[in-house]
Amino acid sequence: MNILIVLIPVSVCLGALGLVACIWTLRHGQYEDLEGDAARVLLDDDDRPDGKRHGPAQTSKPD
Amino acid sequence: MTALAACPACTAAPSAAQTARDASGEVLHLSLPGISCAACIAGVEGTLAGVPGVRAARVNLGRRRVRVVTEPGTGAAPALAALETAGFEAHELDTSALDSGNDDPGRALLARIAVAGFAMMNVMALSVAVWSGATAATEAMFHWISAAIALPALAFAAVPFFASAVSALRAGRVNMDVPIALAIFLASVTSLHETVYGAGADTWFDAALSLTFFLLAGRYLDHRARATARSAAAELTALEMPRATLLDGAARRTVAVADIVPGDRIALSAGARAPVDGVAEDGGVLDRSALTGESALVRIAAGEPVCAGETVMDAPLTLRATARAEDSALRRLAALVEVAETGRHRYSGIADRAARLYAPLVHGLAAIAFAGWYTATGDVHLAIGIATAVLIITCPCALGLAVPAVTASVTGRLFRSGVLLKSETALERLADVDCILLDKTGTLTQGTPQLPELSDDAAGVALALARASDHPVSRAIAAALEGRAAADVTHIGEVPGEGVSGQWRGAPVSLARGPLGTELALHGHITPLPMTETLRPGAEAMAAALIAAGYEVRMLSGDRPEAAGALARRLGITRVHAAMRPEDKAALVEELGAAGRRVLMVGDGLNDTAALAAAHVSLAPASALDAARVASDGLLLASDLTTIPQTLRASRGALRRIRQNLGIAAGYNAIAIPIALVGLASPLAAALAMSLSSVTVVMNAVRR
Repeated sequence: MNILIVLIPVSVCLGALGLVACIWTLRHGQYEDLEGDAARVLLDDDDRPDGKRHGPAQTSKPD
Repeated sequence: MTALAACPACTAAPSAAQTARDASGEVLHLSLPGISCAACIAGVEGTLAGVPGVRAARVNLGRRRVRVVTEPGTGAAPALAALETAGFEAHELDTSALDSGNDDPGRALLARIAVAGFAMMNVMALSVAVWSGATAATEAMFHWISAAIALPALAFAAVPFFASAVSALRAGRVNMDVPIALAIFLASVTSLHETVYGAGADTWFDAALSLTFFLLAGRYLDHRARATARSAAAELTALEMPRATLLDGAARRTVAVADIVPGDRIALSAGARAPVDGVAEDGGVLDRSALTGESALVRIAAGEPVCAGETVMDAPLTLRATARAEDSALRRLAALVEVAETGRHRYSGIADRAARLYAPLVHGLAAIAFAGWYTATGDVHLAIGIATAVLIITCPCALGLAVPAVTASVTGRLFRSGVLLKSETALERLADVDCILLDKTGTLTQGTPQLPELSDDAAGVALALARASDHPVSRAIAAALEGRAAADVTHIGEVPGEGVSGQWRGAPVSLARGPLGTELALHGHITPLPMTETLRPGAEAMAAALIAAGYEVRMLSGDRPEAAGALARRLGITRVHAAMRPEDKAALVEELGAAGRRVLMVGDGLNDTAALAAAHVSLAPASALDAARVASDGLLLASDLTTIPQTLRASRGALRRIRQNLGIAAGYNAIAIPIALVGLASPLAAALAMSLSSVTVVMNAVRR
């Protein structure tokens, strides 16, 4: 049963990782516009490999 | 575990950070009623990215809105012009009237749900080991780990229930949150006791957490449905006259309405609503229907008072302000209505009524279980354990979801068809309605009076003649014909009280009072020009559907009995109350209410606000005055009135579904309570019963 000493912290940490990820998405306003985000996946032109921006302007870009 | 150490609710509220980032620019919100798809998002953001002075733009498709950051001093005009050119309908929103677009209570709830969900999953996984037969040191270790996860998680996630229970108890009431908070608290305490002393009883950490999780989900559903409706209602207010044109000597400046001070001169264009109370500097024609319900236009002379909310017809008018916006009659009335509204908040929804019945029952059963087992065995520990099991098993997990799941699903469906319900109990009150009062002007009818279809020649002549006269009817005709080309009529002369005549292409023409009302004489041919009010689309179908569904339908109007009666006959409404003053309307509503009728009032004007606030439940069209929108429980965004019978049908269906759900929840409890009372309820059974009943109730709520 010694394996539990490793497995339990691992399982709790994995759960906590999920929680942190969830709170991160909350902090970044990812639940503000679910309908819009569903539509945005269809836009294929936000970031081009050549580094030029063709897509919509972002509020998150540094001013 | 740093995320748990810091308060996730605080980190989940980034408004301060966001504001700081935009400090370098001005933030505008534009309403985009027409956008609907990914192409629109790309189009709007692409267009705005190309506008000089615009630093960033982000579309919110759910709210049909775009948030624009501009360089200081740019204003909304360039962005609006660019969107107009690109073919998007856009309106500037008054940022101060919006709730800044952030939904902080919603986010805090989501953070609590996330924490409760995380803790629930981990503790349940650990509980599996205990149920599979772990003993002694292993069991103790699992209990300690569970406690370490569950207690901080509960301390954070269950705060809304504790807060609500405490405030209810302070006010001497018992609501649904009292048994919930008590169950969570007792479960934590007995489980902690068990963990520390290892007396061989059950721990309830997983049950307490899953209870919290499911109930928070119900809360969130409830919050989400109303937040959407309220943000849309705030947007309507934000759309309304945030700016006015101030005459500063010869110069014209655009100022915010809130900045107008008495003595300012304000230019009002034709069709504009007066933003503040004032005195007219020149004569004009006013549409006072929003305040009085009377469809006839009123002519005022220079120096006569104008009330905020009245619409200027025809020619531009200069207004000298006599009051600030917040002191204007319109706002004073809105404030009165808010006071009246708080009275209606005493209506207790079906959930509260169920709680009032349920809470004493559950507490009584738990007390009986404790007393019974204590006298039978003399074991305090066992007796408390069983009382806790009773509390947890009967805890209204499904009850807490039964009402919000249905209201959220139905309110969402109504929102998509253009009906916003602002008040939380509006749906239940709509289901009670048996008598419907409809306001005429602005609710059953819309816009300015319309003329019959005229040929270009006739319209041109009528416009030229009407423009020459100052008579309110002439002005109304001129306003209705705005946009048509005026004919070249010469020798125009007016006989006061009779009409206007002139020469057109060598023949006499006239616009005069005749046996058929106002008549246009042209080529020796007489065309009557009745000013008919246009019915809103769906008005006839609505009236027919309501009468067929067995509601008593009455029409209220501040207008003359003839005008009101004619319209009512067209709609098939038999009971008409005409020439009603605002007090009369409110008195009628109260009289009906005292006679036991449940009245639905539909109205839009300032003259309806008292009646709207007094009625059992009230609806207003989106075009209504601010005060009327504040006073009503719901708004009809779609101009089609057939949404009213639809809403009533949906509300009755919702009430039926709520009753079913309460029945299901009660059924589960009826099975679970005896099991818990005899001491056979294990935490495993509690977890199963809770999940099963919650899922059943939610499924029942969302099915069509």
